[in-house]
Amino acid sequence: MALELEDVRRAAHLARLGLSDEEAASYVDDLSRILEMADRLQAVDTEHVAPLAHSLDTTQHLRVDEVTEEDQRERFQRCAPAVEDGLYLVPRVVE
Amino acid sequence: MHDKTLTELAAGLTAGDFSSRELTDHFLGRIERLDSEINSFITVTAEQAQASADAADATRRQGDAGPLNGLPLALKDLFCTQGVRTSCGSRMLDNFVSPYDATLVEKLAAAGAVSLGKTNMDEFAMGSSNESSYYGPVKNPWDLAAVPGGSSGGSAAAVAAGLTPAALGTDTGGSIRQPAAFCGITGLKPTYGRVSRYGMVAYASSLDQGGPMARSAEDCALLLGAIAGHDPRDSTSVTRGVPDYRAELNAPLAGLRIGLPREYFGEGLDPDVEVAVREAIRVYESLGASVQDISLPHTNLAIPAYYVIAPAEASSNLSRFDGVRFGHRCENPSDLIDLYKRSRAEGFGSEVKRRILMGTHTLSEGFFEAYYKKAQQVRRLIRQDFLDAFDEVDVLMGPAAPTPAFDLGANKDPLSMYLQDIYTIAINLAGIPGISVPAGFIGQRPTGLQILGPHFAESQLLNVAHQFQQATDWHLKRPVFGEENS
Repeated sequence: MALELEDVRRAAHLARLGLSDEEAASYVDDLSRILEMADRLQAVDTEHVAPLAHSLDTTQHLRVDEVTEEDQRERFQRCAPAVEDGLYLVPRVVE
Repeated sequence: MHDKTLTELAAGLTAGDFSSRELTDHFLGRIERLDSEINSFITVTAEQAQASADAADATRRQGDAGPLNGLPLALKDLFCTQGVRTSCGSRMLDNFVSPYDATLVEKLAAAGAVSLGKTNMDEFAMGSSNESSYYGPVKNPWDLAAVPGGSSGGSAAAVAAGLTPAALGTDTGGSIRQPAAFCGITGLKPTYGRVSRYGMVAYASSLDQGGPMARSAEDCALLLGAIAGHDPRDSTSVTRGVPDYRAELNAPLAGLRIGLPREYFGEGLDPDVEVAVREAIRVYESLGASVQDISLPHTNLAIPAYYVIAPAEASSNLSRFDGVRFGHRCENPSDLIDLYKRSRAEGFGSEVKRRILMGTHTLSEGFFEAYYKKAQQVRRLIRQDFLDAFDEVDVLMGPAAPTPAFDLGANKDPLSMYLQDIYTIAINLAGIPGISVPAGFIGQRPTGLQILGPHFAESQLLNVAHQFQQATDWHLKRPVFGEENS
């Protein structure tokens, strides 16, 4: 399936990914060709085939619902670009 | 010392021929002298390595040394290491110093292994040539004009060059096995779920798996024993017990049934690679194995299915890099959306952006059923091909890659790069283990034999690979490069 510039712009916005005009144009061609390759999947009859999300037929391990991790907020925030009073700082969202 | 296998170095430490500190200093010296030629390390942790080596020597004096105690190794730079930059080969994480260790890192450290540093890789493990790294491409020590393969290219090149006796890599679509083949070393991708993914920066979570890269199958067995096992922090890691992977290495191969997938010897396979692989299979016949043709009928759908599933998972995984909690943040964002968009635009390279866009598109409304769901259905058919094959044979054999290492810059088109993964990618979709062992040279560039087994057949794969290495000496060859030339 060929893509239009508009599709690339839409995906970029959904992914919160800034793209220059030049980049967006080059991805139209690349992604169209990758999707064309992916279209080979359409030739296979999968009507009675269940999707496989995970290669092993296992279920999630369950554990007792207890707090096992200690609070390490300060340590984890040391690698953040901007924090104050234990909060992550971002540009003002609400005026 | 750098010509020895990890197993030989372990024996040397036990015999007291040298200390871990001497061994560690030897490899640190080689990295300092030679790595500028191949760019295989992103970060060298010399001081920490020396301190770990001294601690390992002290442990040995107390009589507490396990099999990995004091042995140096290197870690692909997507295993989180506490207090050490974990870059993933990306500008996005250039400033990221991990606040915790990956489980695999923790286990190796507990076993007394010494980390020399973090190896170069394709950005976020997306690539087959190690050319997409923010830190520049890695060169193949066998031929500096060639790529080392990817995405674990730095790990493979460093082992081949004798800058470390072993390294840890990860494999999502061939990223351990293909660089192992291109660099003439041995690399094992374990069964999905065998090794914890906790602290391994995620690319495609249903496909990613960490594993050993070393000079021999015996060395891989030693390492796998240390890193395998259930981890409560990774709910996809399996609870089954970890066998002694070295126990079966010497089992005779008489009666082994080998299947050759017809689809792995077709169009696109370099004739010289085919000759080397068929020669390797004759070695197995001389060891008493039987060989039969077999079919994996959905092979041609593996690349399309993978390049829907992996980018879809990547687009979701990589949404965590938002410029807020860690990683790169743009200057002077005008609002929150601008912060996200510009931080990600500046932090990610072009291949990572391509896969984020691809994954976001195929997961979006109107496309999900046609692409993502369809690919998951085809994934089941691909897995079934392998399950059926293993009803008839014990292992499958074929090439690890269709060509020997290609020239740097030769595969500029993303699609032609994706086709490099033709023999490795289905294995990740099926979740089975695979190992690549050196099987000869095309000119001065190495080529690899790939051996595949059923889920959790690592002991058998290591046995089959080890017996080949007892009968051949391809894995003992060493490149001469850089200042060693003079």
